[in-house]
Amino acid sequence: MTATLAITVLGLDRPGIIAEVTGQLAELGGNLQDSSMTLLRGHFAWTLLVAVDAGPADVQARLARLTDEGLVVSVLVLPEQSPGGVDGTEWLLSVHGGDRPGIVSGLTAPIAEAGGNITDLTTRLGAGLYILVAEVSLPGDVDVTALTSRIAEVSAQLGVRATLHPAETDVL
Amino acid sequence: MPPLPAGRVLAVVTAPADVLSIPCVDVDPTDPAVMALAADLIATQRVSPGCVGLAANQVGIGWRVFSLDVSAHPKARVTHGEYVLVNARVVSASRQEKSREGCMSVPDFTGDVKRASQLVVSGFLPGSGEEVVLETDAFEARALQHELDHLDGLVFLDRVAGAHAIYPRKTYL
Repeated sequence: MTATLAITVLGLDRPGIIAEVTGQLAELGGNLQDSSMTLLRGHFAWTLLVAVDAGPADVQARLARLTDEGLVVSVLVLPEQSPGGVDGTEWLLSVHGGDRPGIVSGLTAPIAEAGGNITDLTTRLGAGLYILVAEVSLPGDVDVTALTSRIAEVSAQLGVRATLHPAETDVL
Repeated sequence: MPPLPAGRVLAVVTAPADVLSIPCVDVDPTDPAVMALAADLIATQRVSPGCVGLAANQVGIGWRVFSLDVSAHPKARVTHGEYVLVNARVVSASRQEKSREGCMSVPDFTGDVKRASQLVVSGFLPGSGEEVVLETDAFEARALQHELDHLDGLVFLDRVAGAHAIYPRKTYL
C-alpha cells in the first residue's frame, strides 16, 4: 500500500546528496511530492515527502550509506489526515535587529495568540544581525491594527525592527 | 551639480545600528556642513567597491542627503551621472519589478525586493540649493528608492518579497 513518508536529511554539505537520495527512492518506485532544501550555516538540510510502496524501515535501509557518511536521516510515516490551516489573509512579517535570545518566540507569540498560522519561515544570523522573515495567514476577523501594535510593542522590548505588511500575490 | 569641496572617506555603519532605523531630517542644501557631507558621501562611495549609492545615515548622520552614481552599472539604462540630492522625495513611481539587491550596511545578505522601475524624484542640489526633478528607470530607479528608503529609516530587509527572498552572501563553515 502506498504511504506518504516524511524524510529528513541533515548534515555537512557535499555535492551529490540529493542525487543519491532521489536515486535510491526512484529504485523503490517512490514519487517525490513537496520538498524544501537549504543550507543552514553550511549544513545540508532537506525535508521531503515521498509516496512509496515501502515501509520506513526499508527506506531507511536504502539510505544507510548516507548515514554511514555522517548524515542524519529520519523516515516517518505521515498520518493520513488533512493538514490544518487558516482561511484568511496573507501577510509578511519582517524582523531584523541585534542578535539575542527570544526574538523568534517573542515575535511569533502575538501571531499565535491571534490565531495566525506561519506558513513559511526563514531566519538568518549574520555578524551580529538577526533576520526573520515569515509568511503568515491571519483569520479574516483578526484586528490587524491591534496585532501590529502588539508586534511593535514586543519588537521595541527586544530592540529589533519588525514590519507586518500584506503579502502581494500577482495572479497572471 | 555644483563643485564640492574635497571629501573625506567615512566609515559605513552596518545594521543593527540605530541610526539606520531612524528617519532622517530635512536640512538646508546651501549649508556648508551639508556641502561637506555631500563631498564625504561622494568620496566614500568612490572608494567602496560595487557601491552605487550612499545615504547620510549609512555614515552615521541623520540628514536627508544621499549620493548616487549608477553610470557604470550594466543594469542601468537612464543615468544622471554622479550626484548628491538633498531633501529628495518620490514624485511618482510605477511599473513594479522584483530584483535582488544588496547594501553596504547589510553586508552578509542580499534580498529580492519589488520596486518601481519608472520613477520621478525631486530634490535639491547641495551648494546651489537648486531644485531638480529626475525622471529615470531601471537600475537608477531601484538605487534611488533604496537610498530614499534609508532616509526613511528602512533597509531592504524591511521590504523583502517573501520568506525565501533573503540570501546569505557568505558560507559559514
